[in-house]
Amino acid sequence: MTEKKILLGNEAIARGAYEAGVGVSAAYPGTPSTEISETIAKYDEVYAEWSPNEKVAAEVAIGASIAGIRAMCSMKHVGVNVAADPLFTAAYTGVGGGLVVVAADDPGMYSSQNEQDSRMVARAAMIPVLEPSDSAEAKEFTKLAFDLSEEYDTPVMVRSTTRLSHSQGIVELEERIEKEAVPYERNTAKYVMMPVNAIRRHVAVEERLKRMAGDACTMAVNRAEYRDLSVGFITSGIPYQYVREAMPEASVLKLGLVHPLPRKLIEEFASRVEKLYIFEELEPVIEEQVKSWGISKAVGKEIFTVQGEYSANLLRDRLSRSGKGAGESGPSTLAPAKVPPRPPILCPGCPHRSVYSVLNRLGIHAAGDIGCYTLGAVAPLNVVDTTICMGSSISTLHGMEKARGRDYIRNWVAVIGDSTFMHTGINSLMNMVYNQSSGTVVILDNSTTGMTGHQDHAATGKTLKGEVVLAINIMNLCRSLGIEHVYEVSAFDLDGLAEAFRRETQRDGVSVIITKAPCVLLKGVSFPDKCVVLPEKCKKCGLCLRPGCPALTKSADGTVTIDETMCNGCGLCAKLCKSGAIEVQPR
Amino acid sequence: MGVKNIMIVGVGGQGTLLTSRILGNLAVHGGFDVKLSEVHGMAQRGGSVVTFVRYGEKVAEPIVEEGCVDVLIAFEKLEALRYLHFLKEEGVVIVNDWRIDPITVVTGMAEYPEGILNTLRAARRTIAVDATRRAKEMGAPKAFNVVVLGAAARYMGFGKDAWMHVIETTVPPKTVEINKKAFEAGYLMEPDSYE
Repeated sequence: MTEKKILLGNEAIARGAYEAGVGVSAAYPGTPSTEISETIAKYDEVYAEWSPNEKVAAEVAIGASIAGIRAMCSMKHVGVNVAADPLFTAAYTGVGGGLVVVAADDPGMYSSQNEQDSRMVARAAMIPVLEPSDSAEAKEFTKLAFDLSEEYDTPVMVRSTTRLSHSQGIVELEERIEKEAVPYERNTAKYVMMPVNAIRRHVAVEERLKRMAGDACTMAVNRAEYRDLSVGFITSGIPYQYVREAMPEASVLKLGLVHPLPRKLIEEFASRVEKLYIFEELEPVIEEQVKSWGISKAVGKEIFTVQGEYSANLLRDRLSRSGKGAGESGPSTLAPAKVPPRPPILCPGCPHRSVYSVLNRLGIHAAGDIGCYTLGAVAPLNVVDTTICMGSSISTLHGMEKARGRDYIRNWVAVIGDSTFMHTGINSLMNMVYNQSSGTVVILDNSTTGMTGHQDHAATGKTLKGEVVLAINIMNLCRSLGIEHVYEVSAFDLDGLAEAFRRETQRDGVSVIITKAPCVLLKGVSFPDKCVVLPEKCKKCGLCLRPGCPALTKSADGTVTIDETMCNGCGLCAKLCKSGAIEVQPR
Repeated sequence: MGVKNIMIVGVGGQGTLLTSRILGNLAVHGGFDVKLSEVHGMAQRGGSVVTFVRYGEKVAEPIVEEGCVDVLIAFEKLEALRYLHFLKEEGVVIVNDWRIDPITVVTGMAEYPEGILNTLRAARRTIAVDATRRAKEMGAPKAFNVVVLGAAARYMGFGKDAWMHVIETTVPPKTVEINKKAFEAGYLMEPDSYE
């Protein structure tokens, strides 16, 4: 039975894993990879979990693979860094059941703090990489990844990008193949990576990659499409679609396996086409290798950028500008209108806005972290001063304190979300206690992983599969580290927050303030109230507008109006109003 | 047929993902190849969001380039203006006559442009729809996006039955009836009678 369905790239990856008989999937949410786990969790045959972070997820998948079951972990590009430690050594041990690592890169940084290229990491780890170019291939390549993993005894990376993960295309669904577990045999030479064994495994890894590079020349996923021989492109993934769109007559060497590269196939293609371009988003991973083989006519990053996302238009434009290619420029267009920008902002009713409005008023700076609350860095909130990576807020604050002393950070706190705290924040808090730090950590507990679309974690009491489980209590967890001053305050209790911030930032030693209120977008959160302006009382002072709630607008006469469809009735504006001009009413 | 390019724009949270899903399923139902491209994550938080839908015999690129859009569906006026240059010369913009101030306007850093509908009309064929108000009248303020879709349906070459079938099979079961009603309201709206 085959059924055609329109699927996101991520849904197709999950479907591919399902059809390949995957038994275990582990991940931590991260745009653009999140939907892979959300989709796979719906299959009863698969055990799927949210792990606290990508390192744990990778280790869970490695364990399942050693136990002989096909296993997968998926993560965004920066998650690959967190998982790098186990992944680099899993490349040495090889696998039992097929082991697939999905890495979703974010060229253009739609929702990320950097633009790193996971192919570089995979090369460093000596892990093969498959790169699909649409949803149909996303499914097929994921299945192939499991087969290659077992055939070559290696973890295999499936590399996606935002544009592939979040594009939809037609996919033909097939039946799941149930795989028998690979029988377990104690094999310390393969699975205990102490020096004596690892030294031998490193040799095996190099041999394996060489063998695979040779085999890659005849793999069906590496395909030379000869058309007009005057111009040829070596490309892979989504950029392949841009080449087909902009230059349908050009010859293309489409690489499905982008590490290791099929040298003979590439050399043959290069010799048959007149002009040769290498069209790859982000880093010149293919290009540098091809050029190192002496194929000097290849043109790549001389004209194509290492930054941002590509498109067919970009390809046409760069070819015509460089005067090198047959590209035509795209259709003429209207000039873009000059309009005010609309950057992302915290939602109406967001508890982070309330907390930040207090920190802002008190002139407190924050070492920030990764989540919706990173938006506290921009106007009008202007509270967050630093954001590096998951869990970094607490250790950043600690580093500042160690560098300059307690007084230097009297008007500083660290802010971190509940999910990010469980991810890696906890380690940093341990460090503050251990190394006798002084500083205030604010855990913005909205009971979910917000920015990625509301995933559960160890402190929410629910699993990816929807089971209700014991919720780890963040307050008790902090106390268990020996921190005496741990306080919980409602995120909308402005006076309580102000008092706690003032008091704790003056205290010497480590303290934690947990600000609590659920994310307004969380399922089951209801909004019984709405905020209503009494125009006759409005003094047009603008105090209520300060925290930047999008439901509030200044009318032509200077009074404030509230959009009822947007307002979630949190009451922050009413609390800020000094003239009683905003009332919280039942909806 | 060549590839038809639809672009849906709005403010994060206005339901561009649901409407693109309806369009995608409609294209599959019509036997076309189809690709959609959407934005998740940080950008969705009240920011300007863009979704592309492309259908035809064979679709390569999942995004649509400037100057290539056949139908621009805008859930908010300013967003229609922001992406107007994506339209072909003979393209049409279906715009919800609704204003949502971006944070840059709320905080006084920028001004919301005056007379957007006239600017649109002067440049391209423009169909303005009073969808938000209409949806509120129907007691389903959140279904305004399907009202806009109903108005846009006239310019996309699928029969009304196909639309209704796809709405039934795409939207959450509890909301089928209200979404069908919302679509009907948009479909029957006389664009010329509305200013």
